[in-house]
Amino acid sequence: MPAPIRLRELIRTIRTARTQAEEREMIQKECAAIRSSFREEDNTYRCRNVAKLLYMHMLGYPAHFGQLECLKLIASQKFTDKRIGYLGAMLLLDERQDVHLLMTNCIKNDLNHSTQYVQGLALCTLGCMGSSEMCRDLAGEVEKLLKTSNSYLRKKAALCAVHVIRKVPELMEMFLPATKNLLSEKNHGVLHTSVVLLTEMCERSPDMLAHFRKLVPQLVRILKNLIMSGYSPEHDVSGISDPFLQVRILRLLRILGKSDDDSSEAMNDILAQVATNTETSKNVGNAILYETVLTIMDIKSESGLRVLAINILGRFLLNNDKNIRYVALTSLLKTVQTDHNAVQRHRSTIVDCLKDLDVSIKRRAMELSFALVNGNNIRGMMKELLYFLDSCDPEFKADCASGVFLAAEKYAPSKRWHIDTIMRVLTTAGSYVRDDSVPNLIQLITNSVEMHAYTVQRLYKALLDDISQQPLVQVASWCIGEYGDLLVSGQCEEEEPIQVTEDEVLDVLEGLLVSNLSTPVTRGYALTAIMKLSTRFSSVNRIKKVVSIYGSSIDVELQQRAVEYNALFKKYDHMRPALLERMPIMEKTATNGPTEIVQTNGETEPSVVEAKHPPPVTQPANQANDLLDLLGGNDVVPVIQTTMPTKPASAGGELLDLLGDLSLSGAPAPAPAPSVPTSQPSFLLDGLSSQPLFNDIAAAGIPPMTAYSKNGLKIDFTFERANPNPNIAVITIHASNSTEADMTDFVFQAAVPKTFQLQLLSPSSNVVPALNQGTVTQVIRVLNLQKQQLRMRIKLTYTHKGSPVQDLAEVNNFPPQSWQ
Amino acid sequence: MQFMLLFSRQGKLRLQKWYVPLSDKEKKKITRELVQTVLARKPKMCSFLEWRDLKIVYKRYASLYFCCAIEDQDNELITLEIIHRYVELLDKYFGSVCELDIIFNFEKAYFILDEFVLGGEAQETSKKNVLKAIEQADLLQECMTSIKMNSC
Repeated sequence: MPAPIRLRELIRTIRTARTQAEEREMIQKECAAIRSSFREEDNTYRCRNVAKLLYMHMLGYPAHFGQLECLKLIASQKFTDKRIGYLGAMLLLDERQDVHLLMTNCIKNDLNHSTQYVQGLALCTLGCMGSSEMCRDLAGEVEKLLKTSNSYLRKKAALCAVHVIRKVPELMEMFLPATKNLLSEKNHGVLHTSVVLLTEMCERSPDMLAHFRKLVPQLVRILKNLIMSGYSPEHDVSGISDPFLQVRILRLLRILGKSDDDSSEAMNDILAQVATNTETSKNVGNAILYETVLTIMDIKSESGLRVLAINILGRFLLNNDKNIRYVALTSLLKTVQTDHNAVQRHRSTIVDCLKDLDVSIKRRAMELSFALVNGNNIRGMMKELLYFLDSCDPEFKADCASGVFLAAEKYAPSKRWHIDTIMRVLTTAGSYVRDDSVPNLIQLITNSVEMHAYTVQRLYKALLDDISQQPLVQVASWCIGEYGDLLVSGQCEEEEPIQVTEDEVLDVLEGLLVSNLSTPVTRGYALTAIMKLSTRFSSVNRIKKVVSIYGSSIDVELQQRAVEYNALFKKYDHMRPALLERMPIMEKTATNGPTEIVQTNGETEPSVVEAKHPPPVTQPANQANDLLDLLGGNDVVPVIQTTMPTKPASAGGELLDLLGDLSLSGAPAPAPAPSVPTSQPSFLLDGLSSQPLFNDIAAAGIPPMTAYSKNGLKIDFTFERANPNPNIAVITIHASNSTEADMTDFVFQAAVPKTFQLQLLSPSSNVVPALNQGTVTQVIRVLNLQKQQLRMRIKLTYTHKGSPVQDLAEVNNFPPQSWQ
Repeated sequence: MQFMLLFSRQGKLRLQKWYVPLSDKEKKKITRELVQTVLARKPKMCSFLEWRDLKIVYKRYASLYFCCAIEDQDNELITLEIIHRYVELLDKYFGSVCELDIIFNFEKAYFILDEFVLGGEAQETSKKNVLKAIEQADLLQECMTSIKMNSC
């Protein structure tokens, strides 16, 4: 049998392959040769064969049949064999396969080998891929080597210990004695790895943290020496002495100084020194400054130092190197809450970064800009942000638009400005605006009573230009439906009123109905708007005609509406004016951040029904009874309505059947909640409100709670009182998923004891995205007339990684305020 | 550091060092996706990107991309220095290193990396010491008989 070909030759040969198929053929041939060589237990060429196998593995071909061979190599006495063997083990074996445990004994022996390079191989392998079992078995050996005077081994043992602690945290204690004089080492390698080890221990255990605080003076001294000492060729990088060690020490100081006044005080001087003396012309210096800034911001530093840190970040923003700018923006975003004023000083630079070419920088600048918007700078900032919205990539538009709406809502200097800003967003980025913005905007417009004429006029003009952007069209149709009379009468005070006839308005609305650009939802809006105009315009006949045409529409939703409106014209004409009256001002229950809007009927008299749409009663016959019930009935239970659904998916039967069942019933009710926009990336919320959403609702008095947390699925409940009925608790569930795969077909069901009544509204979505990238929300309303302790049983079903999951749970930890 | 990948401009993997336990399938998937993402970046863009819940630091040296995945609390700028140090080590060892050196001597590239980084953290901050260790280990390898030399 000829000697197996050398590694080099194999590589050369494989590289000559012109096609994937040719390569595969060569590989297969060689693999076959290697396999038979392995079978023959050939010791001489095992090393060469495994090396070749590793090469082929890197190309993507299977190499598992070489695993045992790696173990044999490790056990060999030849250094060459061990080197390749350990490399193979690190590449081919992993802790999921039991075979890796066979290594343990070899490693143990090699850890005690007489040659340090063999010991080094063993430490390296253990520290790179040691499983928990291996770590448990070998921790003692590692601990021994941590105390050796051989610095080559000591530094490796330290990092190996770090790995052991990560795998088996309980073993941390056993390394404590060995850390005693780690920092008195002169060898930089040992110092560096020791600092890493100490950092790991402090991060994992508050006791260790307290114990190691006494090292602060020593660390400060080491850092000082590094800065003050002259040129040291061995550790110099662009004129800075051992930047790697400096950065690690700064990081450890950060952990030690956090929430501790004394330690923070002890490191004040050195931090100031590093911050002012470090050379910033190269990346190295900036890396140290970056770490210094992070440390200053995290410990209890004095304000002068903090300002220094922010100024460093401000300087970073002006650096030519985009990496530095990126890092600055990221850090500023972290500190903008605590040091808001200091960051404000750099606002103009941050805003300039919106024009940067790099996507990551633009995104960071956008987030930061939103965080910096306040009452004083709103006009200027909004100008910049709107300009950004115009010109940015589509991936930013949705987030930017939402951010603009939020900022405008919080800080609008005037109603007109607010409406103008909304108009600008709708017309420039209209198609990217989130669906939930439409109900929010409608509510806003309704509440700006004096601006109705102006608003409807502007929206009408916008519609004339462009009917392709659905959110704009929807808001516009709704407004025209409500305020069409103002439009036609030319009452606008804010600007030159336009001359519009009723027919022109109806033309536009009818145009929306027939246009291919309109979605079914938009058509729904348009039809209802036309209907509403029947009480505001005089051309009722035309409207009647349009409505009756759609009575035979293929779209079920439109058909249903048209049929009902027809009925309104025919049999219930006397009720039409009342039904289609102007909407009242809607109340919002929470004012901070994107929240659910609960619109309650302020009128408890049943005679006036504020309905956005007539109820979706299926038969006209039922309609008669139900209408009579409402108008003549004596139920004074406030009717809870929800806003217009904007999801085209839920066709028909969306509205709460306010005439049918006036009390709240269990099981998913027909009405969807306005989709709570928690699918918005959380960074916008973080940037805009100083507390997360939960805190805002907690401000209403009832703390949120975690109802369920298992297998990566977490469900939190937040509470509000429904206004004006205090017996109704409104619970919003927030479902988040920390695993790496999405949870699809997610269904949340709840049941309560008989003394309660429960209503479950539609969820925001049925996919809980992985890695906490978003939440699914759903609203539950619980009527608790008897003021009993609230208990709930929940059932969760979802599909995760292809398999269905189901779970039942009891929720008993409701805060007392939620049911008292 | 969670892992380091070296790949060519055509997306061919030249070195993969993993410091976290993952199955072969997962490694392949991550490699494929990340390589695609990094290769799609334009030359003027910054060296950092967010990917899944990791920070990715990458730098191109001639025809090779050096790509590291670090955790949230790690310093991106110093990671760039770590990458640069590794390139310097390779350069010193091979004498003006090029991609072919790493292709034909991939095992040496690994050995050098393993003397510089252990378990995802730098173990030696002196260039000289790393190269010395490699040199000595190479010498040991020359010796084909079983090991008799004592540790230094």
